[in-house]
Amino acid sequence: MWLSSLHRITGLLLSLGAVTLAVWLVSLASGREAFGAVSAVVGSAWFKPLLVGWTFCFFFHLCNGVRHLAWDAGRGFDPKQIRASGWTVVVVTVVATAAFSYAAIL
Amino acid sequence: MSLMTPLNRVLGLGTAKGAAEHWWLQRVTAVALLPLGLWLAYELLTLQSYEYASVVAWVREPVASILLILLVVAAGYHSALGIQVVIEDYVTGKGSRAATLIASTLAHFGLTVAAVFAVLKVSFGS
Repeated sequence: MWLSSLHRITGLLLSLGAVTLAVWLVSLASGREAFGAVSAVVGSAWFKPLLVGWTFCFFFHLCNGVRHLAWDAGRGFDPKQIRASGWTVVVVTVVATAAFSYAAIL
Repeated sequence: MSLMTPLNRVLGLGTAKGAAEHWWLQRVTAVALLPLGLWLAYELLTLQSYEYASVVAWVREPVASILLILLVVAAGYHSALGIQVVIEDYVTGKGSRAATLIASTLAHFGLTVAAVFAVLKVSFGS
């Protein structure tokens, strides 16, 4: 199913997000000026879609990851359960992404 | 004469190489990242402001420093393992695959060390 491909794609995109997190932390350690320069980019209007995108990737990869861990434990393989857990992942991801984006990014 | 036992000499030489360990560590880091990731999301949500002084004050809290370091290490490891699988799936040439794998490993190791050092510097800085 397409959620499986999305798990890999969001994982790859999250790696790029982690690079941003690392750059942000290193700039913080480098002092006020460097942090200001990075903040100007991360806080700019054109960067917001990226932050919202990474938020989506984060919540999807996390929720779907729980689903994968359950499968690893041998649970939830019934086709009905698979469909139900898949839709749960989609709904929780959309709601969490919207809530976090509204509160912390936009 | 080798001091290795015959068993130790052949372990990991099968087709699977270190696959079982890779699979297991991918899961262990995933389990670690569940609470750590949610914690970071909560902290970013409740951070007073994203101004320099406010972020420094947050990172300097001992619990925040510790959890940030754990997060960065777990995320770096998890990402390295995941991207390794993607490379092995899509990069087919023997040489280019090895080169890509080495580049990915070095990038992950470098960025993880950089992020850990950054947290420590802020945490211990005056």
